[in-house]
Amino acid sequence: MKIAYYPGCSAKGSSLDYELSTVAVCNELGVVSREVPDWNCCGSTPAHAVSTELSAALCTRNLAQAAKINADIVMTPCPSCLSNLKHARARMEKPEFRQRVNELLDEPAPENLPDATSVMQVIGTLCDAGKIRSHVTNSLAGIRIAPYYGCLMSRPADLMRFGDPENPTLMEELLKACGADQVLDFPLKTECCGASSGIPHRPLTAVNSGRILELATRMEADCIAVCCPLCQMNLDLRQKQAASQMETTFDMPVLYYTQLMGIAFGLSEQELGLEKLIVPADRVVAKIRALNTAAQIQEGVKA
Amino acid sequence: MQETPLDIVRSKDRDFIREVEAESGQIVSNCYQCGNCTAGCPAGFTYDMQTNQVMRAVQLGLREQVLHSEAIWMCLSCSTCSLRCPNNIDVAAVMETLRHMARREGCISVGRMNKFWMSFLNTVQAFGRSFEIGTMALYMFRSLRMTTDVDLAPGALSKGKLGFIPHTIPDGGAKAVGRIFKRYKERCEREGVRP
Repeated sequence: MKIAYYPGCSAKGSSLDYELSTVAVCNELGVVSREVPDWNCCGSTPAHAVSTELSAALCTRNLAQAAKINADIVMTPCPSCLSNLKHARARMEKPEFRQRVNELLDEPAPENLPDATSVMQVIGTLCDAGKIRSHVTNSLAGIRIAPYYGCLMSRPADLMRFGDPENPTLMEELLKACGADQVLDFPLKTECCGASSGIPHRPLTAVNSGRILELATRMEADCIAVCCPLCQMNLDLRQKQAASQMETTFDMPVLYYTQLMGIAFGLSEQELGLEKLIVPADRVVAKIRALNTAAQIQEGVKA
Repeated sequence: MQETPLDIVRSKDRDFIREVEAESGQIVSNCYQCGNCTAGCPAGFTYDMQTNQVMRAVQLGLREQVLHSEAIWMCLSCSTCSLRCPNNIDVAAVMETLRHMARREGCISVGRMNKFWMSFLNTVQAFGRSFEIGTMALYMFRSLRMTTDVDLAPGALSKGKLGFIPHTIPDGGAKAVGRIFKRYKERCEREGVRP
């Protein structure tokens, strides 16, 4: 299966650490892909909020670029890109819609556009728990992780095919394969963080992200694990805004699930972009190290 | 806005629900007002009309009231409503359709949302990929909200999360994207709708 890789714009800016850790984890696990040549922005929320056809045209160009390198599937780390790519491909099956979109493109879209999927699903499909476990050098055992998917990864269910749309569990499975035995049953895992309204209407993001941070804090999570660049930004970069909205303070590290997997694989902090996090992950990394050292000493005593 | 029953009857536009159903592909008339959409909406606290009220107003043909509502602009498109609708109505798709209809008629009730979206799309049109600082600068200028998120700048800049230079596409993709926007705007002009 030929996999094309669509990083999405935030990978080159606000979520450089997601990009770094995604590439590092894929390399470690031997997931091979080729970047979509000359890819462009999917249009994100603004494009589909303005026009379905404009959004589809921007996405279709990317899928057509992937088709040019004979890709069977396009994988992307970003749920928003994924949602837009998948919606565009599904809508292009309607002839009148396809016609209207083709009018916007330089050349008509190829008849068969490759489907899109998430990097998380590719890892989950190509690597079973045993394979992932074989790469683990620092177990995540003892770390309390609140898994948070955000609203787009699993919805709409029939399009995204990501399991239960209100209770997806793939991230937990990957983290458990890395030794995590205290992944929390996090009730807000698919609630919306407030998305991009942080700029035009701050309370909308601050209230929703604040609720998520508050529950994770109450559940005594060591960190929140995320898979969306925008969710990460709202929970991490905007954590102080959320705290002042909720009239409290938060001190909650928010890591990409790929950063946690990378730590478990023993990859360096630079490779995983950990220094990019606003709320430092030092405490989480130190706890992982301490628990692993303790486990080694205990094994030594037994031996 | 208090309306008497007589006002509602007078302002009824019977074609409205048909237009909304055709464009969204959703059967709005199936809504029986259970309120699940409103109960789960993360943006409801900013709405002037709640989601189920929007749905009912569409059924009643209250075109003006719906297309002038702020709710259709504040919707986050998280699809929680669609997921929980017992009648399988993609409520989020209906909200998006209403926003598109309002835009085409030049009726933009929450200007700052629109200014933010257009600022973002302008950077995509220019560079082929989004450009965070460019989006922020355009938005602050257009909305005259010059202090938007300045509290975030030190953290974001020191961590290298915001680049001052736009991400460029190596092989002419930016120009291809520019042409997509150009054709889109030309078509809107031909069709007499707001891009």
